[in-house]
Amino acid sequence: MGDLFDYSDYGQLLGLVHNSLIAAALLGLVGGLVGVFVQLRDLQFAVHGISELSFAGAAAALLLGANVALGSVVGSLLAAALIGGLGVRARDRNSVIGVLMPFGLGLGVLFLALYEGRAANKFGLLTGQVVAVDTVRLNWLVGVSIVVLAGMALIWRPLLFVSADPEVAVARGLPAGLLSVGFTLLLGLAVSMAVQVVGALLVLSLLVTPAAAAFRVTASPVLAPVLSVVFAVVSAVGGILLALGGSIPISPFVTTISFVIYLVCRAVSARRVRGGWGHRLPAAAAPTPVPIP
Amino acid sequence: MSFGDRVLWSGLDLELQPGEFLAVLGPNGVGKSTLLKAVLGQQPLAAGQLLVGGRPPGRGSATVGYVPQQKSMDAATPLRARDLVALGLDGHRWGVPRRSTDARRRVDEALEAVGATGYADAPIGLLSGGEQQRVRIAQALATDPTLLLCDEPLLSLDLRHQRAVSAMIDRRRREHDTAVVFVTHEINPVLDLVDRVLYIAGGRHRVGTPAEVLTSATLSELYRTPVDVLDVRGRIVVVGTQEEPGGCEHHEQHGDTSAEPAASVRRG
Repeated sequence: MGDLFDYSDYGQLLGLVHNSLIAAALLGLVGGLVGVFVQLRDLQFAVHGISELSFAGAAAALLLGANVALGSVVGSLLAAALIGGLGVRARDRNSVIGVLMPFGLGLGVLFLALYEGRAANKFGLLTGQVVAVDTVRLNWLVGVSIVVLAGMALIWRPLLFVSADPEVAVARGLPAGLLSVGFTLLLGLAVSMAVQVVGALLVLSLLVTPAAAAFRVTASPVLAPVLSVVFAVVSAVGGILLALGGSIPISPFVTTISFVIYLVCRAVSARRVRGGWGHRLPAAAAPTPVPIP
Repeated sequence: MSFGDRVLWSGLDLELQPGEFLAVLGPNGVGKSTLLKAVLGQQPLAAGQLLVGGRPPGRGSATVGYVPQQKSMDAATPLRARDLVALGLDGHRWGVPRRSTDARRRVDEALEAVGATGYADAPIGLLSGGEQQRVRIAQALATDPTLLLCDEPLLSLDLRHQRAVSAMIDRRRREHDTAVVFVTHEINPVLDLVDRVLYIAGGRHRVGTPAEVLTSATLSELYRTPVDVLDVRGRIVVVGTQEEPGGCEHHEQHGDTSAEPAASVRRG
């Protein structure tokens, strides 16, 4: 164990991972917000599917000597477009994802096998390589985050309406299909960011777990995204800070932190529900029928 | 109204007056919900004309309130009762919500009107079916509509909640002259409230007061098979329809009409 952790030069290390910390905080912000709708729209499986194709795109870029960030964005958007376009109903969607995912993973493995560069580059795409975020890549991440955040701000309210209450939202004239495609594309961009930081296999820990934990402890549409973002940022930044002192990749730290947060939230929620979460006033606890005139 | 070659109903000529309570009855699959979709502007008529408040139905008009079939919301939905109502008010606008005090007041009033103030801040997913349905009515009424469309709003509610929810809808139309179109296969809870009945069956329909429509002769003609309408202690029970073996429907009474129609369908 002593070989794995060594925090003696911590201050010096911190300076080296300055970029990575910014990247992780950005990813937490974006992942936490997007995760709210992943949860509301039951897209957890889609997140996993998109991340595998994003991985294939990044691996292809690595092999071709192109920009890896660009490759992962292209792979993500392609997957998001396929999932959004081919499967509108949940069951269709899941079978499309189930078909795409192994294909994407297979392609990615093929590209990596053909790649003759550094092995760390290969492994990083699957399990994260945040310590190696250079300024060029950071600029990419900042750019993509700005696009995702602006898009989410624009569609936030109608997307919330159509996700939580589709029948009435459509009756009020909201374009459900357009919102769905729009969100899936933004989700694709967010996933491609996450793939570059935590790796394809562990994207779910920043796009699904924080929001799932937040939903356990609040029903406020303001507090839920705020908590989700806080949980995601704590997991991502905390994961890097812990990983610095050791030779283990950052992903186990990120996933463990986000999992522990989730467990705590579940425990809190179980207690609250037992204690009668709902704040009904005593008079309204049993609704009395209004007499019919 | 038709899908491809299949004609759901045709020749419907109906004018709904402000404050009128119309119940739409009939077996499953005859186009009751589709009629509501046409009024919401989601489904074009194959032929004929449909006007809401004198104009063709626009998608997402604030003058039309909609209460969908009761469907439990997921327990982990991050919305409180008041948030669902607020979405009914302004959920169609783009951007991140920033609600004015006026909007908050309207949400509070709508919740108050359906007696849901006590659980306004409770997570919507943790409310009972009856409570959720009250909140849905508050949501539909938040925009102060002139026409209220209800699609099986009483489904899966117990008798007490059925009566409470129908009474709420009835009070609304009496106090605000809101016309109500109430799709149901179970008319018992609204027996005393209905002005007119639109009964659709076998591609045909009858419009009239419950006393005119819910008779053995009229329904036998609609179903093209002998149907008995029995009056059992003030309730009407329909016997003999294949779709609802031994099922029951019921009726009663009627009200008055006045002035300009709230909605009309001609030769739909």
